Amino acid sequence: MEKFVQIEKVGQTFDTKKGKFVALRDIDLTIRKGEFIALIGHSGCGKSTLLNLIAGLALPTTGVLLCDGREIAGPGPERAVVFQNHSLLPWLTCFENVYLAVERVFSGREGKAKLKERTAAAIGLVGLDHASSKYPHEISGGMKQRVGIARALSMEPKVLLMDEPFGALDALTRARLQDELMKICEATRATTVMVTHDVDEAVLLSDRIVMMTNGPAATIGEILEVDLPRPRQRLTLAHDPAYIDCRAAVLEFLYEKQAHVEKLAA
Amino acid sequence: MEKVASRPVAEAGTPLGERLAAVGRAILPPVLGLVVLIGLWHVATHKGGSIPGPAQVWDAAVALFSDPFYRNGPNDQGIGWNVLSSLQRVGIGFGLAALVGIPLGFMLGRFAFLSSMVNPVISLLRPVSPLAWLPIGLLVFKKADPAATWTIFICSIWPMIMNTAQGVQRVPQDYLNVARVLALSEWKIVTRILFPAVLPYMLTGIRLSIGTAWLVIVAAEMLTGGVGIGFWVWDEWNNLKVEHIIIAIFVIGVVGLILEQALILLARKLTKESS
Repeated sequence: MEKFVQIEKVGQTFDTKKGKFVALRDIDLTIRKGEFIALIGHSGCGKSTLLNLIAGLALPTTGVLLCDGREIAGPGPERAVVFQNHSLLPWLTCFENVYLAVERVFSGREGKAKLKERTAAAIGLVGLDHASSKYPHEISGGMKQRVGIARALSMEPKVLLMDEPFGALDALTRARLQDELMKICEATRATTVMVTHDVDEAVLLSDRIVMMTNGPAATIGEILEVDLPRPRQRLTLAHDPAYIDCRAAVLEFLYEKQAHVEKLAA
Repeated sequence: MEKVASRPVAEAGTPLGERLAAVGRAILPPVLGLVVLIGLWHVATHKGGSIPGPAQVWDAAVALFSDPFYRNGPNDQGIGWNVLSSLQRVGIGFGLAALVGIPLGFMLGRFAFLSSMVNPVISLLRPVSPLAWLPIGLLVFKKADPAATWTIFICSIWPMIMNTAQGVQRVPQDYLNVARVLALSEWKIVTRILFPAVLPYMLTGIRLSIGTAWLVIVAAEMLTGGVGIGFWVWDEWNNLKVEHIIIAIFVIGVVGLILEQALILLARKLTKESS
């Protein structure tokens, strides 16, 4: 089993006006290559903080994070992030938004034609060829999120990090994008870490679900192996006893063991 | 009140009468406003007195605009030349202010230390009437013309610095996070993220500046003399040609309106391209 992302004894403390605020403590987690990990927990449990640490957007107060054997010292295109609110640049078209990322990663080695080809391929992967020359404000929320995913995938990252990517979408769009994401991850074998608060989403997509305790001073409570064969179909899974067990285990963790939500952390 | 905007855009099939009615609804209120203004003016002046009525001013305007570009020596030139030389002063002062103010605003927005260093100075100087700087300009440049340009520079620079700096500070953290994850070069960050994000704020600064500059130039020229619409107003007051003063008021208003509208149009065009 190849250790791809290693998180060792990581803690994160923020200085606030009221003094020190311990957001995370004693996080130990090893992620295999090609694995799909979901981070789940109540709001304020620091799951986004942990994702930002892997992204390198923040640095840990204690402990160390490694990616492919090297310490994570800052953000970089080998750890692409799909942001919660898509974060497309509104003055660039969908194509230009993705091209900006492609150009940054590959322009040293490849010519313009190849870069454009890569951009078009990434947009095709999320099924948006027809909207390629549109501006973000001209397309729907689900389409924007797909462009965000295309931008992240186009960089051929070692790790794909997603911060509640479907949180702002309606249930039907979310289900369609989850199916698409499953196909893409199977095709690209991308190592993925996704923050979510949706139990069904976590069980459907992940190989392992990392459940976090309530903050402050949150840490990993339990890790659940989701031993369901792939490719997964949401309709057949709905009656699968293994699926139902996984779902129950996560619900039990969230609503019995961690039922008390700290007001401070909200 | 019925909203014209909510109606569907007139298509080729719409009857002519309806289209004319739509045009009428859009044009009628402003025209009515002007008619009321001129009517009140007429009522107030028709019994005679020192202020001329609309008819007298109209006659004077026809005479004046029949030859706007004559030159009879340095102190007697057509109204066209006066307006143009005022615009030239505004253009130069304003252009220099943009050259200095916009980069300075970018720097203040980007570096917190610089911002807390310079902000108290700006807060102290900004409320000062630009005309208070005129003697300093006269002293330094020894000439009226650059001194007037200098007051324009001073009054235009504050809105440009403040708005640009505010725009830079308000660039959404999300966009900067995108830049960090992609590890974009400083050049790409400026051209692809900072500049487009700040542009609307910058254009607001420019619009405020040019509005103030046009207000200030009239007063500055009254004090410095030479050729210019402000000086012309003062000259015609000395000649007791009150019709001409009223014409000047209209001309100043119309030019100000055109400047403002042109910048709004430019802002709309640029932000449409970039949003």
